[in-house]
Amino acid sequence: MTDLTRLTAADTAAALTSGDVSAAEVTEAHLARIRAVDGAVHAFLHVDAEGAVDAARRIDARRAAGEDLGPLAGVPIAVKDVIATEGMPTTCGSRILEGWVPPYDATVTRRLKDAGLVVLGKTNMDEFAMGSSTEHSAFGPTHNPWDLERIPGGSGGGSAAAVAAFEAPLAVGTDTGGSIRQPAAVTGTVGAKPTYGGVSRYGLVALASSLDQAGPCARTVLDAALLHAVIAGHDPLDSTSVDAPVADVVAAARQADVAGVRVGVVKQLGGEGYQPGVEQRFREAVSILEELGASVVEVDCPAFDYALPAYYLILPSECSSNLARFDAMRYGLRAGDDGGGSAEDVMAVSRDAGFGPEAKRRIMLGTYALSSGYYDAYYGQAQKVRTLIVRDFAAAFERADVLVSPTAPTTAFRIGERIDDPLAMYLADLCTIPSNLAGNASMSVPVGVAPEDGLPVGLQVIAPPMADDRLYRVGAALEGALADRWGHLLIDQAPELPTTGGAQ
Amino acid sequence: MTVGASVTPELADYDEAVASYDPVLGLEVHVELGTLSKMFCGCATAFGAELNTQVCPTCLGLPGSLPVLNQQAVESTIRVGLALGCDIAAWCRFARKNYFYPDMPKNFQISQYDEPLCTDGHLDVDVLTPAGTTTVRVEIERVHMEEDTGKSLHVGGATGRIHGADYSLVDYNRAGIPLIEIVTKPIEGTGRLAPELARAYVTTLREVMRNLDVSDVRMEQGSLRCDANVSLRRSPSDPLGTRSETKNVNSLRSVERAVRHEIRRQAALLDAGGRVVQETRHWHEDTGSTTSGRSKEQAEDYRYFPEPDLVPVAPVADWVERLRSELPAPASVRRRELQARWGMSDPEMQTLVNAGAVDLVGDTVGAGAAVDAARKWWLGELARHANERGTDLSALPITPAQVARLVQLVEDGTLNDQLARQVIEGVLAGEGEPDQVVERRGLAVVSDDAALTAAVDEALAADPEVAEKIRGGKVAAAGAIVGAVMRATRGQADAGRVRELVLERCT
Ligand SMILES: [Zn+2]
Repeated sequence: MTDLTRLTAADTAAALTSGDVSAAEVTEAHLARIRAVDGAVHAFLHVDAEGAVDAARRIDARRAAGEDLGPLAGVPIAVKDVIATEGMPTTCGSRILEGWVPPYDATVTRRLKDAGLVVLGKTNMDEFAMGSSTEHSAFGPTHNPWDLERIPGGSGGGSAAAVAAFEAPLAVGTDTGGSIRQPAAVTGTVGAKPTYGGVSRYGLVALASSLDQAGPCARTVLDAALLHAVIAGHDPLDSTSVDAPVADVVAAARQADVAGVRVGVVKQLGGEGYQPGVEQRFREAVSILEELGASVVEVDCPAFDYALPAYYLILPSECSSNLARFDAMRYGLRAGDDGGGSAEDVMAVSRDAGFGPEAKRRIMLGTYALSSGYYDAYYGQAQKVRTLIVRDFAAAFERADVLVSPTAPTTAFRIGERIDDPLAMYLADLCTIPSNLAGNASMSVPVGVAPEDGLPVGLQVIAPPMADDRLYRVGAALEGALADRWGHLLIDQAPELPTTGGAQ
Repeated sequence: MTVGASVTPELADYDEAVASYDPVLGLEVHVELGTLSKMFCGCATAFGAELNTQVCPTCLGLPGSLPVLNQQAVESTIRVGLALGCDIAAWCRFARKNYFYPDMPKNFQISQYDEPLCTDGHLDVDVLTPAGTTTVRVEIERVHMEEDTGKSLHVGGATGRIHGADYSLVDYNRAGIPLIEIVTKPIEGTGRLAPELARAYVTTLREVMRNLDVSDVRMEQGSLRCDANVSLRRSPSDPLGTRSETKNVNSLRSVERAVRHEIRRQAALLDAGGRVVQETRHWHEDTGSTTSGRSKEQAEDYRYFPEPDLVPVAPVADWVERLRSELPAPASVRRRELQARWGMSDPEMQTLVNAGAVDLVGDTVGAGAAVDAARKWWLGELARHANERGTDLSALPITPAQVARLVQLVEDGTLNDQLARQVIEGVLAGEGEPDQVVERRGLAVVSDDAALTAAVDEALAADPEVAEKIRGGKVAAAGAIVGAVMRATRGQADAGRVRELVLERCT
């Protein structure tokens, strides 16, 4: 019998529908895989084996009763630990939320459950989604399945690694500055950040409210589209949720055709600081798109040069306020409560004990940037840059239907390499940040490995807001052409992982 | 937050203070809107529910929760703005006001900062002076929306305040209840009338809210709260002096007293060559004084920024115009109509307004009582009780319907005034409806002539000297016998009838 963990979500769904396998079997296979390899990968912070098997059995029973189930019913999924799951711990990779069990489901979680997906557990992440390597998790780093000495990207390294290591066919991530796309790029998987407002943020523990967006992580573009369709759509519980029909991303992924599509290569996203092998694979991929019938133009987005500094003012500002609620008064870690101090003392001691260095750094940066007398110079200026970036995108989309760039300037770096150099760490999100600032839809698709280190390279596709379908059309076309060339998906050439048996 | 134990400096004589200094006021009034659900979630807003039962992930600020704006709250705020003659913003945003406090679930309050929904209004306020009623136009700077905080309950210690408490509990039922804040521009030129003006302003504003039916505006329950800013300067041509901001002013009476106290306190400080510290002060009803709270000299930086979880509020012009056309007649017009209908003089009406009794009397009349009777009870016996308790009339645990019933009982002869006062006492003590108090306390006028005649005969027999005088034509002496009968019947006799009987028996 085939290894059920190697199937795509689409193929698994087909096998479930035809009755070739049961959801319980599929779930058990993935739980076994997690037990075998997660000791080495550490993609999960929490695995709910019992709950997953129960959920799978319920799906099997409903299917047996002839119920009409959704297209992904019975397919296992991993959820980033920043998304609230009723009755299942949600730590955001932080000590300060250790042990917190939400009394409610995020809208995303609700939609997964309603669609019959089986939640395997919660995946590792940089603390409160701050980081590009998952090294800032309070519970230890996640390792890249392509090279266990290297980072799997971040902040959603756990979700990407879980998918890349065949521990789950699908995962939900969140992307504030690239936290879905950059991990996808460095693990050879597919990750999409939907249009801002396309997926409800209700129940997503906020890092930067105006930038955060949940989205799909998968091994194929079609799988990502199937998951995107489940979680997207208007939610009255999120005021910033867009009340408009969701583009048919699944049809676009099946269409997989770029004939006549105008592809804009962003001039600012390349050159100095970019790894040669990354640029090489990127250029080759653009040529393939051209061969497939797309027309390629270069587009100029001068304000992108200021995207990173603007982002590192807006994000810390919002985050300093969003993270204020973690004060030991109602939930989470409480330290220093010896009866002698005031509530403020307990708050201070708990926050000092509960937050890691990167969280503290950004809280302090944001507190400073919002301070009276500095607001205009920092937060105010950053918002102006944001407006300029939106204008650059608008101008670029006059000339092109989608924009492309490398997803990240380099392939996966070594664990520990940038941990003491925040600026070097921040550069990992150089290409992905503009889309968050402007609210565009973006995706990373694997386009090969860099010749110099044999590690995966991702190409980023960017579409205008609410035109998420274009990502899937272009991404699937590229994926198909490359798979034809290689005879397999890129992820299929990832090295075999050491198995450690009962590490979970 | 610590409550400083600063020594209250000596107070200047009020007349001297206002002779030497020009007081300037600034009033910030918070009103809880009477919407069915909270500002940003679907939780109920009922007052007095069991602690922490009207809560959900959003108003508890649980990780991941998000606010969704209550349209009813926006509508109420716009109606208040329109009633105060404000401009309604075509586009405005909420902002986060960041500070740490355990009663604030998110450690920021969703408020409005530099983009309030309503701006530049005014409210005309009548103040009673020895020379008659004078109307002062108070300019309104802004009306904005915000969410209320939870309520801290400090357990242990002597005072029930945070200082010295053993521990504190927080009730989040109030967290997220919609509030509007109405901020005046500096109110200048009121001179010695500043305290009365402050009280009249809050009274009139309360009337506006009630007229719009947007809030129950009960100061004693905190659904209307007033912060009074007071500063002094030598002359009206000088720049504004340093102000203090007095909080915890929970009744109309306290508004007036707190302003008067601050004028006297600041004048004493300035007279002594000192300076006023810009700070928050807390009003203490029991001592009639204020104490220092947080100093604002190192002004708290709230790090306001636009609330990214909410979309801008952009009221459509047609909607605003419809709300404008549907506003009820202004409270002042209604008040004048009532005055005409009730046939009251200006001072009589003003007294009613200042006592916060217009609606109480109106409702009592609505429940069937005559105007004079309603006015008599509210401004007399009930005002005496309110004064004793240091609260406003509306805070007394008696309803206009109960007062109307009382009036009826007096009118039909079941009670006389003295018995009615005992019934009021009983109602205020929680003994039930007036009829229940009458029954339980056995209070009813003895109208049985046979019983009264027996009592009169007994009294006459007990005091033959007086009896003789009456028989001799000294009618004035009858009073002593009437008093004796009333005492004997524990006040339950109709004094008029007793008098008739006394005279009858002595002829
Ligand atoms: Zn609530």
